[in-house]
Amino acid sequence: MFLSSSIRRQPEFGQGVREMSSAAMGIGAWGLMTGVAMLKSGMSVFEAVAMTLLVYAGSSQLAAIPLLIAGAPAWVVLATGFCVNLRFVVFSLHLRPYLMHMPRWRRMMHGYLTADMSYALFTRRYPQPPTTEAEKRSQEAYLTGNYCVTWCAWMGMSLIGIVLANMIPQNWGLGFAGVLSLVAIVCSMATTRLRVLAALIAGVTAVAAYALPLKLNIVAGIGVAVLLCFWLEKQFGLDPDAEDDQ
Amino acid sequence: MSHGGETDLWTLAVIVGLAGVTVLTRCFFFILDRPWGLPEWAHRALHYAPVAALAAVIIPEIVMTQGHLIATFRDARLYGAAAGAAYFFWRRGVLGTMLAGMAVYLPLHLGLGW
Repeated sequence: MFLSSSIRRQPEFGQGVREMSSAAMGIGAWGLMTGVAMLKSGMSVFEAVAMTLLVYAGSSQLAAIPLLIAGAPAWVVLATGFCVNLRFVVFSLHLRPYLMHMPRWRRMMHGYLTADMSYALFTRRYPQPPTTEAEKRSQEAYLTGNYCVTWCAWMGMSLIGIVLANMIPQNWGLGFAGVLSLVAIVCSMATTRLRVLAALIAGVTAVAAYALPLKLNIVAGIGVAVLLCFWLEKQFGLDPDAEDDQ
Repeated sequence: MSHGGETDLWTLAVIVGLAGVTVLTRCFFFILDRPWGLPEWAHRALHYAPVAALAAVIIPEIVMTQGHLIATFRDARLYGAAAGAAYFFWRRGVLGTMLAGMAVYLPLHLGLGW
């Protein structure tokens, strides 16, 4: 979308680029380590490049790596990726009124390229969906400027990571950096007591059920954690939305 | 996946599938023109499923070796992950968490062979 000059001519495009630049370092560094982690976990260069260019979602890429290596069936890898990406489903509900005035291919292109940081910056800058034609154009340009920076930083640094990884010996264990990135993501998601519990239950279940074939221990972990949290909500009369606001 | 860094078609097919998952989840509510919502149970599951999915993937990666729970505390991953988590709750940020974790993990792993 950032190839369209009519979008780039809007002043909001430049604002979107500038406001995202401060986050570009962190995004790039994460991309770099994801690139290294993919290679050091045993993926081929071609597979790692394909994954970087197509999937464009760091946490689901990192979550998929150990499953691919263990030879998990496709549906388990895809279902895990779906669950890891569920936060985007929530974002898409929020973004709907901002994008519905566009044709489908255009709003889906914007949707595909809008990751966590762009969503956060965009909805903070524009608390209300556009009402006039001018607002529609400027909001679209700002969003495009935002994710243009994210996309370039992520792709560039991931590809550099893939190249560098080939020069680093396997036994240094740098693939562990991928696990550490996910530790940070899990910690950032564990914002309520019930979510901390969900993470612990899922982890313990996945370890206990490790002997299950087809990496079904991941599915078991998710299922047991969600059902137990539903039950605890009922048992103690907790409201997950109210808990979110604490 | 083929070990030793060889490309195989099945892995590529799963990667294309994962790209589809990215599109599906990021566009979920604006793919169709008519407005619609999720059933109530699915809304509630959204609170727990993402964190559960990630924890189910990483915790075995930290505490297991070749399908068994590790029986020793001499494992660099435990201290690396603990240092990473501690950093996160102190300062936030994915990058710092990774650097702090690796700063503890690498000396133990390469220096002591844990």
